Amino acid sequence: MEYKISNRLKMGAIILMVLGLLGISYGFWNAHTVNEDNITEFLASESHHGDAHEVEGHEDVHVESAGHGEEAHSEDSHGDDAHGAEHVEDHQATHEEHVLHQIHNRPWSALYIAAFFFFMIALGVLAFYAVQYAAQAGWSPVLFRVMEGITSYVLPGGLLVLIIAFMADSHLFVWLKEGMTTEGHENYDALVAGKASWLNKPWFFIRGLIFLGGWSLYRHFSRKFSVAQDSSDDNRFFKKNFRISAAFLVFFMYSESMMSWDWIMSVDPHWFSTLFGWYLLAGMLVCGVTVISMITIYLKSKGLLEHVNDSHIHDLAKFMFGFSVFWTYLWFSQFMLIWYSNIPEEVTYFVTRIEDYNLPFFGMIAMNFLFPLLLLMNSDFKRVNWFVIMAGIVILCGHYIDIFNMIMPATVGDRWFIGIPEIGSILFFGGLFLLIVFSALGKYPLTAKGNPFIEESEHFHY
Amino acid sequence: MEASKVIHAIYTDDDVLMSAVKSVKAEKYHIEEIYTPFPVHGLDKAMGLAPTRLAITAFLYGCVGITVATVMMNFIMIQDWPQDIGGKPSFSYLENMPSFVPIMFELTVFFAAHLMVITFYLRSRMWPFKKAENPDPRTTDDHFLMEIAVHNNEESLTDLLRNTGAVEINIVDKNEDAH
Repeated sequence: MEYKISNRLKMGAIILMVLGLLGISYGFWNAHTVNEDNITEFLASESHHGDAHEVEGHEDVHVESAGHGEEAHSEDSHGDDAHGAEHVEDHQATHEEHVLHQIHNRPWSALYIAAFFFFMIALGVLAFYAVQYAAQAGWSPVLFRVMEGITSYVLPGGLLVLIIAFMADSHLFVWLKEGMTTEGHENYDALVAGKASWLNKPWFFIRGLIFLGGWSLYRHFSRKFSVAQDSSDDNRFFKKNFRISAAFLVFFMYSESMMSWDWIMSVDPHWFSTLFGWYLLAGMLVCGVTVISMITIYLKSKGLLEHVNDSHIHDLAKFMFGFSVFWTYLWFSQFMLIWYSNIPEEVTYFVTRIEDYNLPFFGMIAMNFLFPLLLLMNSDFKRVNWFVIMAGIVILCGHYIDIFNMIMPATVGDRWFIGIPEIGSILFFGGLFLLIVFSALGKYPLTAKGNPFIEESEHFHY
Repeated sequence: MEASKVIHAIYTDDDVLMSAVKSVKAEKYHIEEIYTPFPVHGLDKAMGLAPTRLAITAFLYGCVGITVATVMMNFIMIQDWPQDIGGKPSFSYLENMPSFVPIMFELTVFFAAHLMVITFYLRSRMWPFKKAENPDPRTTDDHFLMEIAVHNNEESLTDLLRNTGAVEINIVDKNEDAH
């Protein structure tokens, strides 16, 4: 079946992008209304008005620290309510500088989170697609064109992530701050300096380009072979695709782990976790499969995917369910190991998240685990399209918050909010994603008819 | 009560059996039972059997399991003797929950799995030393047997079954008290 991106969808995507751009610009403008000259007044007026969130945060800190009987701790951790008569002069100055950085980091972080979120959907789909080829799955070939459409976002999305990382510089990656690795400099940080052979700007971007290059090359050739297979009279191109998919999966496992250290974990350069790469991968796969099923259901509702039946939707929903549980398993394994041993150098990562991000941190467990667990457990519900869509929306929001929780605490600390800069960024990248993906979907017929498994897939029944 | 008669139609192929089931159902005969050496995909649908509710019981048993785990550990670790063990906060269940999760998980799985298996045994009446209810030992090897009750329609039923490809048709007196 031929598909052509409708004008309505195109206009919708462009409107989303324009609205998003407005939101993003407002975010930058708003952040820069606070500068070195008026930060003192800004903080003073804030301590008078103090929005609800801020107050709540401080109370939490008080309760926590009282419970553990650490009086000294509360002194440091709520420095920014500026009742600092007893604070010495230079402490005041560094505190202001600190808050100013957080305020200026926020629009960058918002942009980066949304860019990475939509990129990771496409990358998750690419990995899932390669698995389908390498496993010679018999159920999924009718969905290959949908997956190929989504993966068309890998290259532009990945480049945007890298460009934002390049422009944001030390707003996102504190190890890029001047003097971090120069002994004797006031910013000198021995821990960061020790990692400088890995964490330095040129090498970071060379690595990023190598990863992105590898992924895009696979995506380019697998798409090319898949299309060539349509008009081929033997299985030559399918075999080629099988081989490059197997090779890609090996490359992907290594590059994805390193990408997770670079692009996400390095915002907290003092912290490290060994299972972080898989944790991110699990989130990627959930989002990827969720988007595959949502777009499949959309195209099917337009009558464009005649061979997709509710058994295919059922299988996708099973993957959504399974990967959600897998994600939770990794999230909990990472959290519990660190919580249990409570080693100070590791545990600060979760202390800041629990104290300053309590609702998003635990709310995402409900959205990413409890909700899909209970909704998608029933085998009949997995065949109900609107049920899958509803579960998918919650899963996608939950995983946005997951990425939010990875980046924001390191860059803006307790000055987070999901406001105009964040929503604007989501709208912008969401619109771009829709535009690119649906344009790519319109390029080739939606049934990969030359695939040797397409017959089996069309009659797939569970 | 007089002994009721049943007809045993024996088949040697599962595809033939499937089409036989469909034609017998189409003639509105009630199939008492079918004996097969292995699961025949779609046989339950063709016979019109109600779907199993075993998965629902498993879910409920899992809920019991997680409740048992929570109540048990809350009593032991938090209520009864809230000792300080290696600095773990035993002030409330929630505060120490991460360390209880592995046990909560395992007990949920344990209860769901074992109670579901036991339910299966009870519902399908299986236990050690149970007398086998097999009407013909060949049905555990390579034959399929369909059992239909006879109500003074022996002839028409035999004809029908013969036409469906049965290799052997026996009429058996079945004493209800025998098992």
